[in-house]
Amino acid sequence: MRKGEITKVSGPLVVAKGMTGSKMYDVVRVSDERLVGEIVGLAGDLASIQVYEDTSGIGPGEAVYMTDEPLFVELGPGLIESIFDGIQRPLDIIKENTGDYITRGIEVPALERDKKWHFKPTVKPGTEVSPGDILGEVQETTLVLHKILVPPGVQGKIKDIKQGDFLVTDVICSLEHDKEKHDLTMMHRWPVRIPRAYKERLAPSLTLSTGQRVIDTFFPIAKGGTACCPGPFGSGKTVIQHQLAKWADAEIIVYIGCGERGNEMTDVLLEFPELKDPRSGEPLMKRTVLIANTSNMPVAAREASVYTGITIAEYFRDMGYSVAVMADSTSRWAEAMREISGRLEEMPGEEGYPAYLAARVSSFYERAGRVKTVGRPEREGALSVVGAVSPPGGDLSDPVVQATLRVVKVFWSLEDKLAYQRHFPAISWLNSYSLYIDDIAEDVNKMTAKDFTDLSSEAMKLLEQEAELQEIVRLIGVDALSPEDRLILEGARSIREDFLHQNAFHEIDTYASLKKQYKMLSVCMFNYNKAREALKRGVAFDDIVKMDIRDKIARMRYLEESKLDTIDAIKDELTAEFDGMIKGETKQRETEKETTGHGDNEKGKGDRK
Amino acid sequence: MIKEYSSISNVAGPLLLVEGVDGAKYEELVEIYTGTGDKKRGRVLEVDKDRALVQIFEGSTGIDVQNCRVRFLGKTLSIGVSDDMLGRVFDGLGRPKDAGPAIIPEALLDVNGAPINPTARDYPNEFIQTGISSVDGINTLVRGQKLPVFSGSGLPHNKVAAQIVRQAKVLGKEEEFAVVFGAMGITFEEANFFIQDFTKSGALERVVLFLNLADDPAIERISTPRVAFTVAEYLAFTKGLHILVVLSDMTNYAEALREISAARKEIPGRRGYPGYLYTDLASVYERSGRIKGKKGSITLIPILSMPEDDKTHPIPDLTGYITEGQIILSRGLYRRKVSPPVDVQQSLSRLKDKGIGKGKTREDHADLFNQLIACYARGKEAAELAVILGEAALTDMDKIYLKFSQEYEGRYISQGEYEDRTIEQTLDLGWELLRMVPRGEMKRVRDEYLKKYYDAKTPEKAGVTG
Ligand SMILES: Nc1ncnc2c1ncn2[C@@H]1O[C@H](COP(=O)(O)OP(=O)(O)OP(=O)(O)O)[C@@H](O)[C@H]1O
Ligand SMILES: [Mg+2]
Repeated sequence: MRKGEITKVSGPLVVAKGMTGSKMYDVVRVSDERLVGEIVGLAGDLASIQVYEDTSGIGPGEAVYMTDEPLFVELGPGLIESIFDGIQRPLDIIKENTGDYITRGIEVPALERDKKWHFKPTVKPGTEVSPGDILGEVQETTLVLHKILVPPGVQGKIKDIKQGDFLVTDVICSLEHDKEKHDLTMMHRWPVRIPRAYKERLAPSLTLSTGQRVIDTFFPIAKGGTACCPGPFGSGKTVIQHQLAKWADAEIIVYIGCGERGNEMTDVLLEFPELKDPRSGEPLMKRTVLIANTSNMPVAAREASVYTGITIAEYFRDMGYSVAVMADSTSRWAEAMREISGRLEEMPGEEGYPAYLAARVSSFYERAGRVKTVGRPEREGALSVVGAVSPPGGDLSDPVVQATLRVVKVFWSLEDKLAYQRHFPAISWLNSYSLYIDDIAEDVNKMTAKDFTDLSSEAMKLLEQEAELQEIVRLIGVDALSPEDRLILEGARSIREDFLHQNAFHEIDTYASLKKQYKMLSVCMFNYNKAREALKRGVAFDDIVKMDIRDKIARMRYLEESKLDTIDAIKDELTAEFDGMIKGETKQRETEKETTGHGDNEKGKGDRK
Repeated sequence: MIKEYSSISNVAGPLLLVEGVDGAKYEELVEIYTGTGDKKRGRVLEVDKDRALVQIFEGSTGIDVQNCRVRFLGKTLSIGVSDDMLGRVFDGLGRPKDAGPAIIPEALLDVNGAPINPTARDYPNEFIQTGISSVDGINTLVRGQKLPVFSGSGLPHNKVAAQIVRQAKVLGKEEEFAVVFGAMGITFEEANFFIQDFTKSGALERVVLFLNLADDPAIERISTPRVAFTVAEYLAFTKGLHILVVLSDMTNYAEALREISAARKEIPGRRGYPGYLYTDLASVYERSGRIKGKKGSITLIPILSMPEDDKTHPIPDLTGYITEGQIILSRGLYRRKVSPPVDVQQSLSRLKDKGIGKGKTREDHADLFNQLIACYARGKEAAELAVILGEAALTDMDKIYLKFSQEYEGRYISQGEYEDRTIEQTLDLGWELLRMVPRGEMKRVRDEYLKKYYDAKTPEKAGVTG
C-alpha cells in the first residue's frame, strides 16, 4: 500500500505529504491506528484530509496509507433494521466488539458477513441483463422484499444463477460478456458522493401521506418531494421527523441522526420495534435504516452521514420503492462543512460557511425525486427528503435555511411561539407553504373525497381571516367585533384546537389517516357553516358557543380509525341541534314581535377569541 | 520518551508557539517551566511540521521567550480517579485543593472521554422528585437527563440548583444522588454558597467539587467540565452511583473558548464565539445519560447566565439545541416576588413524557399538566389584555382565568427555598387551583380524571405553605 507522511494535525484536519497520485475524495487510513479519513484538498504532493475519528495523539511523521478508493457504502441484504454511524459502520456490532464507548480505528464491514439470506432468482440462465435489472429477491424482513439488482457498470448473458441460502459475499450469479466471466454477489458498493443513475425523472403527482393533519391537509409533501422544517430549539423538529419516520406512507425509511442527541437515537431504537405500521401491522423497524452520528461523535463523519444515508435510500429507490429520508439536522451537517473549510483556510462566505454551502445543499436535495429507474422490469421509485434545519436563535435569515428554502418545495415553519402555547405540531399555518398542493390534488381527492382540497382551502381562508381579526382585537378588544366576525374566530379556533393540534404522544391521536382527516375537517367546517346560518336566522352568538356538542368535536381526534363512522354521526347531531335552535329562535321571535316589536338577541358576550 | 525544548518563538495571549519540536502529537499534554521556576501546564492545539501550538491552562503571565522550557509529556490530559474523591475539593484541572491526602488512583482516564455508542444508551425514564412544583409538575426531570437552568445576573439560579441537589430523589429507591460539581469562573462567594449548603444538609461527603473560580486562570476552565465528567463517568458507570453533575457557569466556559479561538485568529461565528461551539458543548453535555446494564447514571444540570437575558445568545441557544429541555428563570416573575421564578411557559422538559404517569408519578399527571399550562396561558393573555384595555374590558371568563394565573404564580410556582413538596402535593395543588375554573373549560383532561380529581367531594388540603 502506498503511503504518505503526516505534516500537520489540527483537530479533524490532517495534512500529509508524499501523496502524489491520490485523488480528491479518496479514502485514506491515518497513522498506524488506521483512522478513516477522506482527501478534501490537494496541492502539489500535499493532501488535506478530513478524519472521521478523533485525532488526539496523532502527529507529524506518522504514516498515511492510501486506498485509492472513494468513500463507499455497501449495498445488499442486511441494511434494514441496522444502525450505522456516519461512514456506515454498524454500531450494534461495534458495541458487541468494543463496549459501550466508541473507540478508534474500528474496522467492521457494514453488512454482516456470516448471515445467510434466501435468494430466489427471477430471471433464467441465458437472459441478457444490464445494470439495474432485477436478478432475484430476498425476503429481508417481513416488510421488505429486497430486490437484487445487476450492479452499475455490469452487463452480459446469465450463465448460471442459483437459488438457495447465501452469504452476501457468495456468488449467486455469473454473467458472460465479451467472453469474460463476471461473478455477482448479492452485495455491491457505491461511492456516496455520486448520485445513482435513473432513467427518467417524473413529475410529482402522488401524495406522501404522513398521518399528521397539518401536513397532509394543508402543507402536503409529494412522493419524491422535498421538505424542510426549520425552527428554534424545542420547536418540534425532531418530533416531526420521528412522526414521519413512523407514519409516512413510504416503503422504506432512512433516518439520519446527524449531529443530534444520542438519546433520540435510543428512543427510535427502543420504540420502532414496538410500534406497528398502520398499513401492515408489522413493527416499523422492519422497514427502517438508521444512521446515527450524534453530536459528540467525530464531526467529519457527520459531514459524510447525510451522503451515506441518501445513497442507501437511492439504492432502495432503484428497486422500485417509495423511500423517505429524514435528516435531523442538516444544520449540523453544514456546520461540519464549515469547520473543515475553516481549517482548510478557505475563503469564508456568509457566517463563515464555505462559499459552496448552497451548492452542496441543493445537490443533496436534488437527489430526491420520483423516477423511472434504470433496469428491467420497468418500475418507478420515489425518494422523498425531509430535512430539519436548526438556525441560530431560530433566525430564518441563516445561510443554511436560505440555501435550503431555495431548493425545497415544502416549508414547514416551526415557531417557538406556538410551542410555548403547547400548540403542537408548532407548524405555523400562516407562514408555511407547499408547492405540491396542485400536483397532488387529484391523488388526495381520489383517496378521500372530491371536495377535500376545496375544504382545505376554505379552512385555510378562515385561519387567515382569524389572523386579521386578531389584529383588531388586540387594538380595541373583542367587543368591537360583529357576531359574524366573532364566529369566524370561533370557527378558526375550532380548526386550530380540534384539528391542527395533534399530540404525537397520544396513542391514537399520533396518526390520522387521510380519511379521518377529511371527516374531522368536514365536521369542523360543517359546524362553522351551520353556526353562521343559525346566527343569520337570529340565534344568539352566546347560545352557539355554549353548545355541548362542541365537546364531541374536540374529541374526534381520539376516535380509532375503525370507528370513523361516529364522526359522520356528529354532523347529524349538529344538524338536529342547530335546527332546534333555529326553530326555537323563530318561535321566540314571533312571540316577541307580537309583544315588543323586535328581539335584541344578537349582541352577547361570550368566549373571547 | 519525554522531550524538552526551549525554542519558544511566540507567545500570544494564552497561546505559545514552540519550534523545532520532534514528534509532538495533537492534544498532547505539555509542562512549561518559566524562568522563575514556576510550572504551568498546557496542551497541543495544532502541530504543523516541527511547530507546536500550545494552549497554556494557566495563562501566559510569566512566560518569556528566552528562559522557558517546554516538556512534551507524550500523553493527553488525564486524571487519576477513585471513589475517595467523594467529599474532596479539587482545582479546575483536578488537583487536590483541600488539605486532604493525595488521591491514590484506581484508574487513569483521558479527560476527553469517548462518545457513548447510541446503541449502548438506555432511555432516561425514571422520575426524579425535586420537591419543586414548577419542575416536578410541569418540567419533570428524569434520571439521566440533561436539563440546564437558563438564568440572568441577579436571579436566584444558585438557590434553585442547590434546592434541586438537596431534595432530588427517585421515589421508592434508596440510592441517594452523589454530586459532581464543576465551578467555572464563579466567585468565591457563589462557590461558598454551595459548599455551605452541602455542609448544612450533610451532603458534603457525597460531593466532588472542582473549583475554577473567577480569579483562577480562565483557560483552565476549558478542562474543568471534562475533568468533572471523567470522574462522574467513573463513579456512575464503574462504581454504579447515581450522579448529578452541576456545572456553573457555562457562560464563563464558553468565553474561555472564545478567547482561545480569537488568539488563534479563527473565523469567528456569531458574536465572536467559534463556529465549533455547538460541537464543543455537545462533547461535554452528551457525556450524561444512562447505559444499558449499568447501575449508575449521570444527570446533568448546567447553569448558564444569559447575557442581557437573551435566550437567542449563542450560549443558551446552542445549549438548548443539545440539552433535553431547559428551565428558564424569569426576571419579570422574580420582580413580582415569585420564587423560584420559573417561566413555566418557556421552560420545557423534553423527557417528561416518559417519566410521568401511572406507576411513575400519577395517572392524571399528563392531562393535569396540559390543562394547567393551557389555563395559565389564557390567564396571561387576559392579563396582557387588561393592561391594554383595562380590566373592565375582560369577559367574565377572562377574569376567572386572570385570577387563576395569579394564584398559580403565587401558590404553585412560588414556594419556599426549603419547602420539599411530594409529587402528590404538587398534583393535588394543581387540581385545587383548577377548581377555580369552570369544569366545562377542562378540555385537556379525560372525563374519568375529572370525575376522580376535579370533582373530588372533599378536596384534600393540598397547598403546603412555606
Ligand atoms: N406533535 C407534538 N405533540 C406533542 N408534543 C410535542 C410535539 N412536537 C413537539 N412536542 C414537544 O416539544 C418538545 C421538543 O420537540 P423536539 O425535540 O422535536 O424539538 P426540536 O425542534 O427537535 O429541538 P432541537 O433543535 O433542540 O433538537 C418535545 O419533547 C415535546 O415535548
Ligand atoms: Mg431535535
